[in-house]
Parts: sequence; structure tokens; C-alpha cells
Amino acid sequence: MTLALSGSDIAKQIEEKFPGSVVEATDQNLMVEAESLFDIAGYLKDTPGLDFDYLTLITAVDYLDCFEVVYNLTSIKHNHSLVLKARCYSRQNPTLPSVVGLWRTADFQEREIYDLMGISFEGHPNLKRIVLWEGFEGHPLRKDFL
Amino acid sequence: MEIEEVYSSRQLDEKEGRQINELIDRSQQPIPDPDRWLEEELERNILLTSVDAILNWARRSSLWTVVAFPACCAFEFITTEASRFDLSRFGMEIIRASPRQADLMITAGTLTWKMAPQIKRIYDQMAEPKWVIAMGACAVSGGIFASSYSVVPGYNRIIPVDVYVPGCPPRPEALIYGIRMLQEKIARQSLIAEDK
Repeated sequence: MTLALSGSDIAKQIEEKFPGSVVEATDQNLMVEAESLFDIAGYLKDTPGLDFDYLTLITAVDYLDCFEVVYNLTSIKHNHSLVLKARCYSRQNPTLPSVVGLWRTADFQEREIYDLMGISFEGHPNLKRIVLWEGFEGHPLRKDFL
Repeated sequence: MEIEEVYSSRQLDEKEGRQINELIDRSQQPIPDPDRWLEEELERNILLTSVDAILNWARRSSLWTVVAFPACCAFEFITTEASRFDLSRFGMEIIRASPRQADLMITAGTLTWKMAPQIKRIYDQMAEPKWVIAMGACAVSGGIFASSYSVVPGYNRIIPVDVYVPGCPPRPEALIYGIRMLQEKIARQSLIAEDK
């Protein structure tokens, strides 16, 4: 069984390395600032002992006052996992850094989030609609779509 | 970059998107069912010939289905085709991969607007005379997805439908009943009728 690591424990390491970047840390998850998301993700991937070498999935949530993107990370090497989150508060142009450079899995999933939720991922090599067609108006998984 | 070369071109996507949006604009109203000639008893009686009878017998006894099954009703169709229900009893054991050799389209499953141009194209490629059975709730009216942003609310928005088989999914017996209904419909068809 994969061990779910506590976000609070990892938050201490992150806070040492990237001061002021942790927004919220609980036993279930770790929420970080959008600006430092890419660096923290890279740190989680490459640090010995953490080695999150596998991105299980990315998903996004619309809380109306903000969008939350959730990264489920797994380390195949150590058989443990972590839920990483980041929020963006703009409704017109929500933007987060892309993690395609770290995990290729993120390619299609970030495109899906861009398609259905309208969140742009900066640095994505091919950010365009994946499920719906070009010319479709709006982002249907947003709560204010209809 | 090497990575960028593996992605499809944006121009191609935009062309596809334009085609889909045009199809949506064209398909706001359902296409009327091709059944006017069924009511024209008088005209039919006058024009009925033995040629009609033989031709209709041949046509209805060897309905070949085209492979165009967008979603889950396809499994019910596969069951119908397999040994337990044995569709070959009705002269239908052959499923044609080429629309040129098929004369029946069983629209098994939900159709999204993104897939709609391909289905319409397959229908257009089929040689006349051709018939369509709308199989399942999604094919009849869009089913539970009827008000969705991405689903075609019934196949009759893009192609004329002859027989509707409701159900989610329909039992194989229901599909066979629908096929029997279609065969009866073909039997009443006339060479000189207005529709088909």
C-alpha cells in the first residue's frame, strides 16, 4: 500500500528551502504559492528521500472565488504519495506554471484543464483544446458556464 | 523543438473546429423522418408492381450494417449479432467496414458534435437506398445528455432516421423488433415514391 505522506512534514522542508511559499499544510495535502509551484515541484521530484518521480494525475476545482489545481504525486521508488495544491484567484485569466518539463504526463492533463476549466499553463509546449473543438465558446466545467 | 513536431497542427484543429461549428449551425432543427410515402395508400396501390415486391424483398432480406458505433449501445448490437440472438437469421450477418457496401446504419450510442461530421460523412458515403435505425435513448433524443453542450440531441439532427428503438440500452430483442419494423417499412416502399 502506498504511504500517503503528511503535507505538514514536507511543508517544513519546503519552508526551509523556499521561505514563504507554503500557503497551507495539513495531514492530507500541501498548498503552495502559484509563483513557486514549478520550483517546488522540481524539488519534490529530484530531492533524495522524496523522489516523486510519477505524476498520478492533475485535476482542477472551481471554488468561484478561486481555481484550485491539484497534483497527485507518487514516488515509485519509495512507494509514497503526496497531494500538492495551488490556487489562482483571477477569473479572467487564471495562470499557473506548467509542469510538463518535469512530468510528461502533465501534457494532456493540463490541456484538458485548459479546455474545460480555462486555466492557462505557462510554459506548456502545445496549450490548446484537447476534448472540445477549436472555436467552442467558454469552458464548460466552470461553475458559471451556464 | 523536437517535441513540437509530434503535435497536430493548429491550422488543422481550427479547420476541424470551423466544420463542427458550421454543422451545429446547420443542424438546429431535426430532419423530418422519411415516412411520408407510408400514408400514401392510394398512390401506392396504383403504382404497385411485382418489380417493387421483388426488389423490396431482396433489399429487406439482406440489410448490411455499416461499422459506425460511437458508444456503448454497440455492445448490445454485438450481442445481437452473436450466437445467442443470431442476427444472421434476418440476412444481416455481414457488417461492412466500408460504407460503400452497406445499406443500413445502426446508430448505436451517444454522438458528440465533435464526432458528428464523421458520422454524417459515413452516411453520405453509403450508396442509395439506405436506411437508419436510431438505437438507444441517446440516438433517439440525446438521452440523459440531451441538454449537454457537446452532445447531438438525436441523430435526426444530422441524418434522416427511419426507425427509433428506445432503451438505455435497448435489449437485443428490442433491436431485432426494430429491424423487423424496418423490414416491414421497406416492404411497403415503391420505386416511384417521392422519398427514396
